[in-house]
Amino acid sequence: MGRTLTVLHALGLLLVMFSFAYVIPVVTALIYGDFTMFLDFLLAMLWTASAGILMWMLTRRYKGELSIRHGYLLVVTMWTAMPLFATIPLLLVIPGLSLTDAYFETMSGMTTTGSTVLTGLDYLPPAINIWRHELNWLGGLGIIVLAVAVLPLLGIGGRQLFKAETPGPMKDSALTPRIADTARNLWVVYFVITLACIASLKWAGMDWLDAVCHAFSAMGLGGFSTHDASVGYFNSPLIEFVMIVFMLLAVLNFATHFLAVRARNFAPYRHDPEAITSLLLILGSCVGIAFFLWWNSVYVEFWTALRHASFNVVSIATSSGYASVDYAQWPIFAPMWMMFLTAIAASSGSTGGGIKMMRTLVLFKQGGREMLRLLHPSVVNPMKIGGQVVPNNIVFSVLGFIFLYFMTLATLTFVLLISGLDFITALTAVLASVNNCGPGLGSVGPASNYQGLTDFQTWMCTLGMLIGRLEIFTVLILFTPHFWRR
Amino acid sequence: MKIMILGAGQVGSTVAESLVSEANDITVVDSDGVKLRQLQDRLDLRTLTGNAAHPSVLEQAGIADTDMLLAVTQSDEVNLVACKLAASLYNTPTRIARIRSIDYLNREEVFSADNFCVDFSICPEQILTEYITKLIEFPEALQVLEFADGKASLVAVRAFTGGPLVGKPLSFLRTHMPQVETRVAAIFRQGSPIIPEGNTVVEDGDEIFFIAATDNIRSVLKEMRRMDQPSRRVMIVGGGNIGRRLAKALEQDYQVKLIEFNKKSCEKLAGELKHTLVLNGDGTDENLMQQEHVDEVDVFCALTNDDENNIMSSLLAKQGGARKVIALINRSAYVDLVQGGKIDIALSPAHVTIGSLLAYVRQGDVVAVHSLRRGAAEALELVAHGDRKSSRVVGRRIDEIDLPKGATIGAILRGGEVVIAHHDTVIEAGDHVIVFVVDKRMVKKVEKLFQVSVGFF
Repeated sequence: MGRTLTVLHALGLLLVMFSFAYVIPVVTALIYGDFTMFLDFLLAMLWTASAGILMWMLTRRYKGELSIRHGYLLVVTMWTAMPLFATIPLLLVIPGLSLTDAYFETMSGMTTTGSTVLTGLDYLPPAINIWRHELNWLGGLGIIVLAVAVLPLLGIGGRQLFKAETPGPMKDSALTPRIADTARNLWVVYFVITLACIASLKWAGMDWLDAVCHAFSAMGLGGFSTHDASVGYFNSPLIEFVMIVFMLLAVLNFATHFLAVRARNFAPYRHDPEAITSLLLILGSCVGIAFFLWWNSVYVEFWTALRHASFNVVSIATSSGYASVDYAQWPIFAPMWMMFLTAIAASSGSTGGGIKMMRTLVLFKQGGREMLRLLHPSVVNPMKIGGQVVPNNIVFSVLGFIFLYFMTLATLTFVLLISGLDFITALTAVLASVNNCGPGLGSVGPASNYQGLTDFQTWMCTLGMLIGRLEIFTVLILFTPHFWRR
Repeated sequence: MKIMILGAGQVGSTVAESLVSEANDITVVDSDGVKLRQLQDRLDLRTLTGNAAHPSVLEQAGIADTDMLLAVTQSDEVNLVACKLAASLYNTPTRIARIRSIDYLNREEVFSADNFCVDFSICPEQILTEYITKLIEFPEALQVLEFADGKASLVAVRAFTGGPLVGKPLSFLRTHMPQVETRVAAIFRQGSPIIPEGNTVVEDGDEIFFIAATDNIRSVLKEMRRMDQPSRRVMIVGGGNIGRRLAKALEQDYQVKLIEFNKKSCEKLAGELKHTLVLNGDGTDENLMQQEHVDEVDVFCALTNDDENNIMSSLLAKQGGARKVIALINRSAYVDLVQGGKIDIALSPAHVTIGSLLAYVRQGDVVAVHSLRRGAAEALELVAHGDRKSSRVVGRRIDEIDLPKGATIGAILRGGEVVIAHHDTVIEAGDHVIVFVVDKRMVKKVEKLFQVSVGFF
């Protein structure tokens, strides 16, 4: 019990830090001269901060080093508690919003999923909108550090492939030896790219609020928008192009960005096996789907097909979830292929969700390895990714991950089916939640949202988002008896 | 010349053996007294037991008046330190080191006068790898040796019925393929040399040495025997230093399978090699060989450090249907035993690598030396200097030169061009002359012939 309180102690500190996030909506409210909004957010900030301080003070006696076991607990409680406190302004401002829906919304923000239960986004106060998008951005920030610096310590996540013991140009020690420094460096990269994105979107024709909001959600690969019609509202090829570029940047490993910035050349991208495969797969799919749409006469002109295919494929494949047209109306192959990409295309250490390209590569090569072993029983063929040998225990851990991933998908889908959803809606809602993508198909498609779900179904999707975002193991491990045994 | 050899391993002892017969004063230093004693029993040289990188040992061995230091111990570091000491403490004029590690070889400044003062570095494994690579590239040849940075080659091939030249006099070559210039330097029939003349008739089973521009090798080979399909599949047994390098050199162009006994080494090899199929198993396991389709292998190389294993596994591979088998054999007695039998090529690593060392040791302007037929014969690349008055070579037609019997001039390299020698070719100053010597004892005479007379200075 004492150790669990240590976790609460750390959590209290994190909540105090989190309360500073309210500064942005508070300032926004001031800029727009919205005094009620200003008070509401100030109140939320104070509540969060005092809850944090209280928690911190009460558990002061239990201050101490966290073990790896409690690292899991901290990560999970952090990712559940922060969205909980983030609901305060939503509940205060939007009349008639239930806690279920508010929590879904903030969880969707923090996990960079980007699915929403709100309609009339265009009429929400600017401070609320910026708060939603900031959650996307903060979620992205958190997940980068979690994926690059923390999860490998806990032994999860594809990134541990590049731990220091593997020689080569891409090893983790090429970052910095200390987690704190690594995190700071990655944040700087993330912050700078975000600023560039804001400037580019403003230049492309958005107003400041939209530019900041969309830059926040694009960098987090969240997919929140300030408009019900998502990016389709702007109907501007230039804006779509800018967003494509920044979504593609965000779907790559931020550690690679950092290395490239430090080396001042593009070599780190070439040496990153994930980056190459991800980009080729996504861009290839854009062209392929454009042809498919043009072939099926969905669009008369090829260039129109390419424009819409590119934006929506990149948006879904990177697990952002913007839409510029209602792609659910396309022949079923296209949206299903996009849902498939969202599960695999994101790099580890990016803000995207799903299985991650690193694990996909491991699985793919493992398949080849097994077949080679059948042909040559005495062959010694260690798995190599990017020229580096991947130890067998990591391969097993990836296989275990994949099994749990599919079991999670299957279980949640069945649960939703029991609750009365149709198959396509149930399956794609689960896919979109667990992969942190956003819109699904059917009644949760890009033209509608998750508002139509019952409370139970909403909670299931919320759970899916959390499990998916924290790489499955982290959440499920809390439900094993061994975790709680001494 | 006073020569000091550090290290009495395979390389050291072969070099010593080869240099002793050329009337040099030789001292061999090694930390293993037993090896030294064996060496001293056979050869007329001085030995000293001790660490070759210690100044006191070097001094005791007489480094002060040594003309040349050959540091060929197993350890790169000892060799480097010895060269450095010899240069800075004792002013030894020539220092040659054996360096294996690619890390050092990639950084040439390591060998410069400011650092380790190595005049020449040799890497036996690398030389051997290049040698085998050539044999795989030309599967019909028994030996392919390069001169003039690879522009000209000396090739050994066994003539077989089916080649157009077999059963015909050598002059037939000229009429049959007038556009390709080549010169047959020697023919060995049942082990004894024949001096080739225009009317010498080539017989089935003759071992023929010819010189040609490297681009023309294939067309000349075609005259001697029926050509095989070019090699595509290579199987290597033994993933040691040589096997690993060879696999690395070949894996881009050939399908390479590498069999290694040690599981740990297998994993290391598999991590390092990109396209090679690494198999864990015994190189003498015929079931494994069959399973991996030894019958479709074009070239089988047994490269472990165990002679007996190499012989057995190459015999098994030949039995199993491998087209050409190469065995690495250290003991020269074994080499003579198996070569020309079922094993197509028996490689003696020491003899392959010694040539490059000999080139530095020899007097006069010797650019390259290749040891042939396990050291019995030699091919030399010499530079001709002087003029008609001071030199006995320059300005003369080849048939005017007083070459000892058994030595032939095969080709001349003039200004980057390969000139195949004819009886009326005139040698000019600055030419690189490739001389083929059927008996090593004539080497001294040939070298003397190329030395400029005192009047030149």
